[in-house]
Amino acid sequence: MKTTINLILSFILALTITSCGKKENTENNTGKLKVGLVFDVGGRGDKSFNDAAYRGLEKAKQELGIEFEYIEPGPGADREAALRQFSSRKDIAVIFGIGFIFTDEITKIAQEFPDKKYACVDYTVDPSKTIPPNLVALEFKEEEGSFLVGAIAGLLTKSNKVGFVGGMDSPLIKKFQVSYEAGVKHVNPGGQILVGYAGVTGDAFKNPGRGKELALGQYNDGVDIIYHASGVTGLGVFEAAREMKKFAIGVDSDQNDEAPGYIITSMVKVVDVSVFEVIKEVKEGTFKGGRVETFGLKTKGVDYAYTDKNKHMIPDEVKAKVEVIRQDIIDGKITIPTK
Amino acid sequence: MKYFKYSAGPLISIILSLIIGAIFIILIGQDPAEVYVKMFTDTLGNSYGIGQVLFKATPLILTGLSVAFAFRAGLFNIGAEGQMTVGAFASAWAGFTFTSMPWIVLIPLCIISGFLAGAFWAAIAGYLKARFGSHEVINTIMLNFIAMALVSYLVNNIYLVPATIHTPEISPNAVLLRFDVITGMFKGSPFNLSFVIAAAVCIIIYYVIRKTPFGYRINTLGYNINAAEYAGMNVKRLTVYAMAIAGGLAGLAGLNFVNGYKHYFELGFSENAGYVGIAVALIARNNPFAIIIIAVFFGVLEYGGLTVNTLVPKEIVTILQGIIILLIITITKYFDKKFKLAKA
Repeated sequence: MKTTINLILSFILALTITSCGKKENTENNTGKLKVGLVFDVGGRGDKSFNDAAYRGLEKAKQELGIEFEYIEPGPGADREAALRQFSSRKDIAVIFGIGFIFTDEITKIAQEFPDKKYACVDYTVDPSKTIPPNLVALEFKEEEGSFLVGAIAGLLTKSNKVGFVGGMDSPLIKKFQVSYEAGVKHVNPGGQILVGYAGVTGDAFKNPGRGKELALGQYNDGVDIIYHASGVTGLGVFEAAREMKKFAIGVDSDQNDEAPGYIITSMVKVVDVSVFEVIKEVKEGTFKGGRVETFGLKTKGVDYAYTDKNKHMIPDEVKAKVEVIRQDIIDGKITIPTK
Repeated sequence: MKYFKYSAGPLISIILSLIIGAIFIILIGQDPAEVYVKMFTDTLGNSYGIGQVLFKATPLILTGLSVAFAFRAGLFNIGAEGQMTVGAFASAWAGFTFTSMPWIVLIPLCIISGFLAGAFWAAIAGYLKARFGSHEVINTIMLNFIAMALVSYLVNNIYLVPATIHTPEISPNAVLLRFDVITGMFKGSPFNLSFVIAAAVCIIIYYVIRKTPFGYRINTLGYNINAAEYAGMNVKRLTVYAMAIAGGLAGLAGLNFVNGYKHYFELGFSENAGYVGIAVALIARNNPFAIIIIAVFFGVLEYGGLTVNTLVPKEIVTILQGIIILLIITITKYFDKKFKLAKA
């Protein structure tokens, strides 16, 4: 028994001694800008949203020479605790929250720590509340990207019938649908659009079976291109495209690899760029909070995917037309409906 | 010496798991001393950290107590997670539905709603056991799934605030105040009055188990069901009651998040407190007061995991927590045999 206790005591002692020597090292400020980022529940490795944010951090590290740390909190009470943890550190100047789910917490924490700078991706803007002066809300113009892929679909369709598959029937996804329809009509006033939603709950975003069913139905009705805004449900849409030898359009990130040869393009939402830009602004001293920073076509915050993998599916004359439309949207010549 | 015998197992296993953890941390290329010191100072080294730990401990006290109470009656309540979920939703529902009521009515109403919802949910499992003999482990696990799906349906389809994953806010009259508001201590942490409720419930349950005829019957049922039956007790009814009370206790665990912290019900709020409660009850040997201490220890582990998340990936923290729990349970058993400790 005695030896055990001795062993334990010496272990604790060893811990204390090594830690004393270590302390200065961790507190040592290298003078570099340091960023803290708190992930959404999905955490790193989700192949989409969170990973995109991480890419932004990596890019900033390489190109701007910043340092970063991140936390992956679970659902529930940890989001606020994680934000507060970064906020109470002297060496961290900028703190990110990734996802609409941070809206309440980051607003509260930003008010509590006026000396720090904050940014929130997909912040839910509530017109009745003011955004704290040290917080920038990052908003994406999904409707601009959807309009463009709608134009691509409208130009490429041979049957003159295109489809849309949405996840949860909600204002957020309606925005994708309406702007896509407008894009189709813009280039092809006679084009027909079939619309289907997978459901009315959050689960509608993770139901590939239902996605496939809806897509098969539309393809059988003569549709040859389907745009989906439905999360994992969209994998079923791709499966149907492969089976029917028809085409689909991906969403959020470049989904070409999910069904190569059947995915014409994807409406890409560049979360990494938004993260990078905010860090750059802080670094250059041009950061301004208390406002909504919108990422649209102009800053390439949203775009359609056009890479070596899919450019053979978009003929040059189609691309040229779409680029004209892009410029018209940027110049404000086209107004895109969202409801 | 008696206290040493009871605490030797847990203490040695904590030290051992710290050593095993250190090996893991070295393997991922970090300095274990730095990680441990940060974990310790950030959790217990300042009042905010202590507040966070006690906040995390609060639901664990109640779910631990729920599992322990069922254990006393010889029942395994694996359903604290589901009971807690329906209880939390019921508390929130009462809070945002009866908004015009004064706090003196509304707070008890939220507490009672949470208790009754959890009790009802667990009573189903108890009834199935008593009436048809289907095992309560299966019953409670299945009811967990149903509870999650049901509540998520209610939130998503009926009570959702658009662009969020939560219900409307409860009335200010339903709020259990935070200690940083009342005392100015624990600044910034969501540590709130539901901790007092949890502690009070521990005392009540201790009293019920030790001093009342009902508690005596529950204990008898747990020790020997045949003896209980032979002594003329209504074993079936007792089984349902025992499960209902256990479920009610778990149902109260949602107050901490709903009435004490966010003031709404949010999907995914539970952080597995229902399952962790099983470990809490096991290590505390079903003793209501030991449950408070063990729940606080788990609070340190949970909040400590978050504080070192910048150094150590989330998965490693979870592995460490799992190792600590396993070691405590096995080494404690070993010491129980060595010192010939009776079952508490």
